[in-house]
Amino acid sequence: MMSGDREISSGSRAVASQIRRCRGCEKALNQFTQQNLPACKPLLTPASVITIFLVLGVAFIPTGIIALHASQKVTEIVERYDADCVPPEYRNNKVAYIQDSSIPKNCSRTVKVEKHMKAPVFIYYQLDNYYQNHRRYVKSRSDQQLLQGLNYSKTSSCKPEESSNGLPIVPCGLIAWSLFNDSYTFSRGMELLQVNRTDISWKSDRDHKFGKDVYPFNFQNGSFIGGGTLDPNIPLSNQEDLLVWMRTAALPTFRKLYGRIEEDLHPGDLIEIDLLNNYNTYSFGGKKKLVLSTTSWLGGKNDFLGVAYIFVGWSSIFMALVFLLLHLRYPM
Amino acid sequence: MEFWKASVYGKDYGDMLDLEVSLLKSNGAGARKYKHKSEVAVDTELMKLLHRELTDAERVATHEFFLTLVVCNTVIPISLDDNGSIDYQGESPDEQALVAAAAAYGYTLCERTSGHIVVDVNGEKLRLDVLGLHEFDSVRKRMSVVIRFPNNSVKVLVKGADTSMFSVIAKNTDKADDLARETQKHLTDYSSIGLRTLVIAAKDLSKAELEQWQCRYENASTSLTDRAIKLRQTASIVESELSLVGATAIEDRLQEGVPETIESLRQAGIKVWVLTGDKQETAISIGLACKLLTSDMQMIVINGNSETNCRNLLLDAKAKYGVASTCAKRKNFELKSSADKNDLQPANYKTSSEVPQWESVKEEAEVNGPLALVIDGNSLVYILEKDLESELFDLATFCNVVLCCRVAPLQKAGIVDLIKSRTDDMTLAIGDGANDVSMIQMADVGIGICGQEGRQAVMASDFAMGQFRFLKRLLLVHGHWNYQRIAYLVLYNFYRNAVFVLMLFWYILCSAFSTTSALTDWSSVLYSVIYTSIPTVVVGVLDKDLNHRTLLEYPKLYGAGHRHEAYNLHLFWVTMLDTLWQSLVLFYIPLFTYNESTVDMWSLGSLWTIAVVILVNIHLAMDIQQWVSITQMAVWGSIFISYGCMLLLDSIPVFPNYWTIYHLAASPPYWLTIILITIIALLPRFLVKIVYQRFWPSDIQIAREAEILLERPVSLPKKRGGRST
Repeated sequence: MMSGDREISSGSRAVASQIRRCRGCEKALNQFTQQNLPACKPLLTPASVITIFLVLGVAFIPTGIIALHASQKVTEIVERYDADCVPPEYRNNKVAYIQDSSIPKNCSRTVKVEKHMKAPVFIYYQLDNYYQNHRRYVKSRSDQQLLQGLNYSKTSSCKPEESSNGLPIVPCGLIAWSLFNDSYTFSRGMELLQVNRTDISWKSDRDHKFGKDVYPFNFQNGSFIGGGTLDPNIPLSNQEDLLVWMRTAALPTFRKLYGRIEEDLHPGDLIEIDLLNNYNTYSFGGKKKLVLSTTSWLGGKNDFLGVAYIFVGWSSIFMALVFLLLHLRYPM
Repeated sequence: MEFWKASVYGKDYGDMLDLEVSLLKSNGAGARKYKHKSEVAVDTELMKLLHRELTDAERVATHEFFLTLVVCNTVIPISLDDNGSIDYQGESPDEQALVAAAAAYGYTLCERTSGHIVVDVNGEKLRLDVLGLHEFDSVRKRMSVVIRFPNNSVKVLVKGADTSMFSVIAKNTDKADDLARETQKHLTDYSSIGLRTLVIAAKDLSKAELEQWQCRYENASTSLTDRAIKLRQTASIVESELSLVGATAIEDRLQEGVPETIESLRQAGIKVWVLTGDKQETAISIGLACKLLTSDMQMIVINGNSETNCRNLLLDAKAKYGVASTCAKRKNFELKSSADKNDLQPANYKTSSEVPQWESVKEEAEVNGPLALVIDGNSLVYILEKDLESELFDLATFCNVVLCCRVAPLQKAGIVDLIKSRTDDMTLAIGDGANDVSMIQMADVGIGICGQEGRQAVMASDFAMGQFRFLKRLLLVHGHWNYQRIAYLVLYNFYRNAVFVLMLFWYILCSAFSTTSALTDWSSVLYSVIYTSIPTVVVGVLDKDLNHRTLLEYPKLYGAGHRHEAYNLHLFWVTMLDTLWQSLVLFYIPLFTYNESTVDMWSLGSLWTIAVVILVNIHLAMDIQQWVSITQMAVWGSIFISYGCMLLLDSIPVFPNYWTIYHLAASPPYWLTIILITIIALLPRFLVKIVYQRFWPSDIQIAREAEILLERPVSLPKKRGGRST
C-alpha cells in the first residue's frame, strides 16, 4: 500500500489529482483493512466510575420525585361490585344467576368522593383473573374481516366463532364474541352525571383498522351467548366498546376505558352508580370493579416508577460514595 | 543457501574463502564468462588445483567432483539475456547452490535436456549424454546419473546423504579406507558447525555393467506396476562399489529474526520443538548456535538402533531425571497449564533459549538445569511403531527442548500426532518444504512458509507466510485478538439469545401458560436477524483489547489463552446468571409499571422488544474495548434500525399491533420504563466489572491501563510475575 502511494506521487499531475481525490477513501479503506481506524478506548478509572454514579443519582432522584408526585396527585375510586350485586339467594350459585336472563341484573352502588377530582374523570371497568392474552383467545380474530366485512371470507383464524347457522359472523372470533356488556349510569344526588362515551378508543383503530361500512352481521346468534350484542345499524368503526375490547389486554388484571365524566367531582359527593351486571365472570372466579380516576402526565395512579427512580438514584449516590471512600483508602 | 566448504579427495577446502574474491574475478575472467545471480566466494587453493593438468588422481577426483555437482541434479539453466548470464531454476535450493558454486569454479551448466547436458568447463564446451537418472528418494537418500562422455566412456555420478553413501562405497584398498576416514572426519567437522552435508562418489561403468543396467533400467522405467520399486532395484546395480570423491557442505542461513521469534514464543508459554531432516551433529550445532540448546542444559540423547536399545535408553533417562509416568505426570502437566507445542521444521529455523516459565513448578531435585531431548529418526522408527510411544511422550513433555533429527516426513506427522492424541493441547506446525506437508496437515494449525523450496507446504497449510518471524505476530497479536474476540462473542451470543428467550418465557406466567408471545411475530424473527446482529459482527471483527505493540512487547500476555481466561465454565455460568437477572428485570419492570392499567398486549410487546434491543446493545457497548466509527454506527445504528422496523410494522393496518408505537412514544412512562430497565439490568454487571477491574485486575487489564494511561507501557512484569506463580 505504502509503496503504491509512492509510485502514484511520482506519476503525472492529472493522474495525481485524480488519485488524490480518492486517497481519502483509499486511506480509510487501508485503515479499515489494517484495523487501524482512529479509536477511542474507554477506561473505567475511579474518577469516571464515581462520576457515572453521581450523574445517575442526580438524574434519577428528581425524575423519581416528579413521577411520584404526579402519581400521588391522581385520585382514584375503586368499587368492586361483582360479589355484592348478586342477590343473596343466589350467593351460592352465582353462575345460575348470571346465566338466567329472566332475573333482572340491575344493581345500585354508592361511592363517596374523598378528594377533589378534576374533570375529566375517567371511568374504567377492571377485570381480574381474565386472560385476554391467552394464545387461542388472542388469535381468534380476523383483522381483514374487521376492515372489509363480509367481502372477506377467509376467517378460519376466528374459530370457534367463525360462523353460526351456516352464515358468517361479523365481527367473528372469540374476542368479539366475549364483548364486555355491563353498563353504568352515574348520578350525584338527583342530578344525572353525563358520561361521554365517545373517543374512548384509539383514533387509529377507528380510522384505519375497523371498516366504516362494515356492519355487524349474524352476531351473537349462536346457541352460546358470549357477551354483549352490537347494534347492526352502526358500522364497526363507531362501535367504540368493541374497539376498546378488541385491544386485548396484556395482563390478566386489566382496565378498559368506559367513558368520561366531564365535570369536577367534589369531596363529600355521593355518587350513585346504577349498573347492569350482565357479564359473566363468575364461572371462572373473575372479579369486576368500577374505577373512577383522574389522570396525570404519567397516566393513572402508579407509584412504582417514582419509587424505583428514587431508589436507583439513591443507590447510585451511595455507590459513588463507597467508591470514593475505597479510592481514598486504597489509592491507585 | 550457500556453498561453504568442500572435502575433495580427502582434503578440506573452504577455509580461505573470502580471501581474494576480486583477484579471482580478474584471474578467471576468461573462464567465467557466465554470470550468475549469486556471487560465490571461491577457495583459491581449490581453484589452483583446477588449473592443473588432468594427470594425477587428485586432479581427476576434483574434476569428477565438480562434474557431479553440475550434472547430478535436476536444475534447469535459463539464459537470461544475450551476454550469457544464466539463472538456475530447480526444486531444491541446495542443488541450486551447488550448481552455482560449480559455476564459480569454472564448471558451468549451460544446457540440460532429458538426453544430454552441456557443461562449460573453463571455456570448453563438454557435451554429455545422459543415459539414465535415478532421482532422489527418501529411502535411498541419494541420487545418481549415468552419463556417457564424448570419448564413449560411461560414468555413474552419485551424490547423497552420508549414511546412505558410505554403505555403497568400495573399501577394498587402503587408499580408499584412508579417503573414507578423512572424508568422514571432515563431514563431522562440517556438521558440527551447522552445515548441511552431501557425499559425492563416482564410478566408471564397464560395458557389461552398462548393458545389464540399461536393460533393467528400460524395463523398470516403462513398467506400469511398482515402477518406483523396480527403479530402486535398478539403481542398486550402479550405486555400488563406488569410489569416494568428496563431500560438500552448504550453509543453510537462518531467516531474519528467527531467534527473537522463538524467544518470544517461549516466553509466551509455547513449547518449541524442532523436527529436522538434518543429521544429529548439524541439528545440535544449529540448536546451539541459535541458543535453543544452551551449555547449561543437560542433553538426553536417544540414539538407538534396536527396539530394546531404545527402550533402555528411554527408561534410563526417565529414571535418571525422575520423570513420573503418565498418570501422575498428567496432573503436573495440567497444573502447568496446557501449552502449545510448536513443531518447527528443519534447520531453516532454530530456536532461542531461556528457562521456560514453569520450570520452577517442577519438584525434581536432581535436575540441575533445563533438559534437552535429542532423538534421531532411527530411534523414532522403533519408538513410534512399537509401544514405546508413551515413554517418549513422558520424557519429551518433561524436557524443555526437544530436537528430532534425521526425521522422515511421516515421522514428523507421527510426532505431532503423539502430542495431539495424548493431550488437549493445541499443536502448531510450521515448515517450508514438501517434507513438512504431512506434519502441517496433522497439526491443529498448519503454517506454510513460501520460500525457495516450492509451494507444497503453503498449499497444505492453514496459513501461509513469507517468513518465519511473522509467526510471532500471527500468534501473539492476531492469535490473542482472535481468542479474546471469539471468547467474548460466544458468551455474548449465549447471553443475547438467552435473555430474549427468557423474557418471552416469563410471559407465559401471565398468559395462563398458553405460550402467547406479546411480541409480534415479525419482531421475534427480526431480533436476531436485524436488531442485534450487526454490532455482534462488528465487535467480533474490530474490537481490540490491546494494541499490537503491547502484545509484541509482552509475550506473556498470550498466556491468557492458555489459562482460558476469556472463556471458561465459570464465566459461562456467571454470564447465565447475569442473563437471568437481566431477563427478570426486562420482564417485571414493565409489569409493575403497567400493573392495573389499560395497556394492551401489543404495546407491552413493543416495549419489551425495544427494551431488549437497547439492553443487549448497551450491554455490548459496555464491553467494547475500542470504539471506532464503525462500532459506533453499528451499535447506535442498530437501535435506530430497530425503531425504524417497528415504526414500519406498526403502520400496516391489517396487523393487530397497528399504530402501537406511535401511541406509546407519546407517553412518558414508556420512555421512563426503558431507561429504568436498562440501568437496573446492567447495574450488577457494571458493579462486578468495576470491582474486578479495580481489585483483581487481569494481566490484560493491567497492560491495557498502562497502555492507555501511560501511552507506553512500562514496568508491567513486576505485578504480573506475582500473579503467574
